[in-house]
Amino acid sequence: MAHRIEIGLKEGIRDALGEKIKRRIVEHLRIPVDRVRTVDVYTLDGDLDTESLDRAARGPLSDPVIQTAAIDRGLAPAGSFGWLIEVGYRPGVTDNVGKTAREAIGLLLGKRGDQAVPVYTSRQYLITAVRDRCSLDVLTRADAEKIATNLLANELIERFEIVDGKTWNPDRGIAPYVPHVTGTDSPRVGLVDLDVADAELQRISADGMLALTLQEMKIIRDYLRDPAVRSEREEVGLTGQATDAELECLAQTWSEHCKHKIFNAVITYREGMKPAEKIESLFDTYIKGSTQKIRAGLGADDWLLSVFTDNAGVVRFNDDWSLVFKVETHNSPSALDPYGGALTGIVGVNRDPFGTGRGARLIFNTDVFCFAPPDYDKPLPRRILHPRRIYEGVREGVEHGGNKSGIPTVNGCLVFDERYLGKPLVYCGTGGIMPARIGGRPSHLKEILPGDLVVMTGGRIGKDGIHGATFSSEELHEGSPVTAVQIGDPITQKKMTDFLLKARDLDLYRCITDNGAGGLSSSVGETARLSGGCEIDLEKAPLKYAGLNPWEILISESQERMTLAVDPARIDAFLALARKMDVEATVLGRYTDSGKFHVRYGERTVAFLDMDFLHAGLPPMQLEAVWTPPSHPEPDFATPGNLGDALKKMLSRLNLCSKESVVRQYDHEVQGGSVVKPLVGAANDGPGDAAVIRPLLDSFAGIIVSNGICPRYGDIDAYAMAACALDEALRNAIAVGGNLKRIAVLDNFCWCDPVQSEKTPDGEYKLAQLVRANKALYEYTTAFGVPCISGKDSMKNDYMIGDVKISIPPTLLFSALGVMEDVRKAVTMDAKGPGDLVYVLGKTRRELGGSEWFAMHGFIGNGVPQVRIGEAKALYEALSGAIDRGLVASCHDCSDGGLGAALAETAFAGAFGLEVSLRDVPAEGCEREDDLLFSESASRFVVTVAPRFRKAFEKAMKNCAAARIGVVTEQPLLRVEGFSGKMAIEEPIAGLKAAWQRTLSF
Amino acid sequence: MRGKISSIVVTGNGTNCEVEMAHACRLAGFDRVDIVHISELLCGKVRLDDYHFLNLPGGFLDGDDLGSAKAAANRILHARVAGREEHLFDQFSRFIGDGKLILGVCNGFQLLVKLGMLPGFGGDYTTQTVTLSYNDSGRFEDRWVWLRVNGLSPCVFTKDIERLYLPVRHGEGKFIAKDEEILERLHREDRIVVQYSHEDGLVPTMDYPANPNGAEDAIAGICSETGRIFGLMPHPEAYSHRTNHPRWTREDLPEEGMGLALFKNAAKFLRSSEF
Repeated sequence: MAHRIEIGLKEGIRDALGEKIKRRIVEHLRIPVDRVRTVDVYTLDGDLDTESLDRAARGPLSDPVIQTAAIDRGLAPAGSFGWLIEVGYRPGVTDNVGKTAREAIGLLLGKRGDQAVPVYTSRQYLITAVRDRCSLDVLTRADAEKIATNLLANELIERFEIVDGKTWNPDRGIAPYVPHVTGTDSPRVGLVDLDVADAELQRISADGMLALTLQEMKIIRDYLRDPAVRSEREEVGLTGQATDAELECLAQTWSEHCKHKIFNAVITYREGMKPAEKIESLFDTYIKGSTQKIRAGLGADDWLLSVFTDNAGVVRFNDDWSLVFKVETHNSPSALDPYGGALTGIVGVNRDPFGTGRGARLIFNTDVFCFAPPDYDKPLPRRILHPRRIYEGVREGVEHGGNKSGIPTVNGCLVFDERYLGKPLVYCGTGGIMPARIGGRPSHLKEILPGDLVVMTGGRIGKDGIHGATFSSEELHEGSPVTAVQIGDPITQKKMTDFLLKARDLDLYRCITDNGAGGLSSSVGETARLSGGCEIDLEKAPLKYAGLNPWEILISESQERMTLAVDPARIDAFLALARKMDVEATVLGRYTDSGKFHVRYGERTVAFLDMDFLHAGLPPMQLEAVWTPPSHPEPDFATPGNLGDALKKMLSRLNLCSKESVVRQYDHEVQGGSVVKPLVGAANDGPGDAAVIRPLLDSFAGIIVSNGICPRYGDIDAYAMAACALDEALRNAIAVGGNLKRIAVLDNFCWCDPVQSEKTPDGEYKLAQLVRANKALYEYTTAFGVPCISGKDSMKNDYMIGDVKISIPPTLLFSALGVMEDVRKAVTMDAKGPGDLVYVLGKTRRELGGSEWFAMHGFIGNGVPQVRIGEAKALYEALSGAIDRGLVASCHDCSDGGLGAALAETAFAGAFGLEVSLRDVPAEGCEREDDLLFSESASRFVVTVAPRFRKAFEKAMKNCAAARIGVVTEQPLLRVEGFSGKMAIEEPIAGLKAAWQRTLSF
Repeated sequence: MRGKISSIVVTGNGTNCEVEMAHACRLAGFDRVDIVHISELLCGKVRLDDYHFLNLPGGFLDGDDLGSAKAAANRILHARVAGREEHLFDQFSRFIGDGKLILGVCNGFQLLVKLGMLPGFGGDYTTQTVTLSYNDSGRFEDRWVWLRVNGLSPCVFTKDIERLYLPVRHGEGKFIAKDEEILERLHREDRIVVQYSHEDGLVPTMDYPANPNGAEDAIAGICSETGRIFGLMPHPEAYSHRTNHPRWTREDLPEEGMGLALFKNAAKFLRSSEF
């Protein structure tokens, strides 16, 4: 029988978690409650005597100083609360705490591994509202249900139970509930006849959640009809019918998510009267094309080691070390379960650099989130969680994933726009470092020899994450599968990575890759290309619970798993080390050169596909793109009378305001190499432009990490958006001491469906936006000489239920990785001392289209910022030189909110005033003071320079648009002289800072 | 000098500050510094007995799933060392008995407290009398704090240090004593080594965020009776060089970070000891 152990805080001990929940109930749900206490519940599924239960309760499960326990009865005294809500996981959902409890109790009672009693966790919330002193029942059951469904439990993965405090009897308590997965032990292989009519093919794809088009289904049908294929299949016991495993495997491998069909499509692009342009693969033409061109130009100075071929890009750090970087998104799962989705996102992207080349040690995370405003107050469409809940859940998921993995989150940003309501964007990036050579061979190259063993390590396989790849290749709809949602386990992953780094350094494996989208079908299917085939047995794969069919084992996306190729001569040493370090490792089969992707379950073949067909059987899509420039109404508001107030309003806007409350909850210093932190300045709270870290503590060589993203410009022209996003990432990196010669970038496209269809009548326009973004990417990366080394695209960020469709604004994130010779030359954005001279670098033009200033007045406008490559590149090179020579005291980039925001931030971060004149700002066409203050022209900086370096600095900048506009003052005022010589702004920096800090200070 | 001094930095199961802790030990002049995965201890290949300075770094042991460091404390108490008739805990006890040094930082401090090794009144290193619980803010926070150092404490690590500026990075750092008597005894025996304070004042503070977690009597770290076991929430290993300091670009700072002094004191003490 099952037992329950309830653990709660002793009376008088502050319940910080309960208080946090209480605040959320009051502030988000507007239900007035006075007190929330929490109780942790452990359900032990097995026969245990009283003494054992008591030892477990008093031992690992409770803290004797502050907690008490109740065994097989309720802990809360009768009459002590209004309502009790207990929330636990549904069957099969990852329960990390339960797993740890199981191990701990097993160790305590002398039962190891599977012998230990399974443990499941849940949590009680004891909620009381005492509005009038005589009764506890001012909360209704409906209130309790609302609290449960809208805050405490996500019904996709959790169940809850509500108990009325009036009927609560602690002696009876709550009956134990065990969320068993009830599965049968007789795995089935389904056979699907594809020799059917087209309509039937379409039905098979839709019903099976395969996301395969009719054309793709027909290709599979034709493949199976091929007599040669058929006779080979018969030899392994298959027929002309497809197995479910084969169909699922093809669906994963050919999914938009894995295959990037849109980026590889043949696109006919039309723009006005120009002749139509045929683009054979955006990816090859623009992204790869750009990098190839840059590398050719670099010649012997080429510092790129591995681009586009592996899970992440690899560049040279120095003779002995290589750097690895990847950014991914985890949008669709985060929409359904923000916490689990985002947690899985970060620990998932961790496995990319970890699974690149021979494997990299992870040294930083960088995250960018795009949400709808947290104060959204309109009715929510079905299946959509409130943006605030998404914000909190995603933040917390990434917190747990990053912090618990011991990887510093060094940089990131938050972008707000109502159109992220349907799908939030959760960009998670991770960098790593690896020795340039391991076992005498370059570490960034992958090799597998026929005969090498296929080994899976880490977590076990369950039903979680099934159809993740196909699910994220579609819009979020009514039938979006629950199994796609999963919860990551950073500690299992950490144990695995600790083990694998040791194994790597001992040269115990030959190749490593991660299990992400598509699970084993992808990881084994992809790596098998290196040897030319594989043969694996799914029956050997360790499962979380019985009842998985072979196809489920093959495509499950259960987390924390890596797939390795191990030389048979080293397998014993490899497995012994795994056992010693308490990490599960299983040989699933062999890599071959048979040309076949051969999967068995025991003796029975469940999939037998030609490698060529699996990977190259899909012809490119043919798509149409038509660019018609949009035209938005020109704004017609007057310059505000009080620009100081306007500046404060701007600073408190969601896209400009301080993100300190989020940043502080991420460990940005673990590993000991933090140099420029996300929060800088006199009070450690100014907005750092980019991160600088020292990955090797005995060296002063450093890495710069920055991001650029500006989706609002895409409302006018995605070309400008892409150019500005790249420029932003670069100027952030330059601002702290980077140099164009040593910066590489990642491109991350998140688009709404750009394929013209009934669902997407404006697909041709959206695809044209995508084409234009790619054209800009090519133009500007080649001109700056900054290569893309890896990237990702997520093309179906739409929500469609009933007749409600919400599409995200096309969003392109550039993430930059720079190398710095000596981190001691790094510069931060805060003004350093009175008397320093204030400069503006770069020309300000009347480019307010898509700006925050226009947005604040309800306009988009049309004059979107353009990146002028000649000006920008010359400026960046000059500024890098000046910083390198130590001439610059502070440097801050101008982005959202323009010069006004940059000046204010420079001042209040430094705790000094500034006295500047708008008349001296290098500008063109800015007739209004607000134009000059809030235009978002690209490639600009606010810089302060000590007077003794004035000459040298001005000489260094002589070929650039650069002007001295004033001075840093002791007096803590931002004083901005307007065009007429009158003070346009005169604001205490404390007030500006307060406005900037207020918005997201919860 | 009486021979070589060696330092062990234990890692595994979610520990994540081992690299910078080992780096601090090296900078402090230890002759040998080994990062050792706990499995090496459990399989009997490595023994604590072969070292002089035991470092328990920060991290999330077992995810802090049952409360910070709880499952890890359970492991040290109950896991057997292969091939020996002992638990890992026995090696810890011997290490303490030999008069060697233990430093627990953040998660390592939580581990020492949950094992009962700190404060370890009257030589009882197995009864838990204090704890580290959830921050009053209910959230994990990364921020730099000032610490007042108690010059009267027997702590060997903080000798000749008056104050420290270090980062805290934790969600469960609020120090709570079991009762008034325990708290009073900690004061009486000068076991309270570091307390959160304001920058100027050398006075402990309960004000947030100077006191980042609401710790009772602003306690940030305590030591054993001998001063040889020391645990603290802030991270001394995170400030080993001036570029670690959040304001190094605007302040004149010595090249060496403040946190290093603790490790240097440990080395100095061990060099003058005999084992």
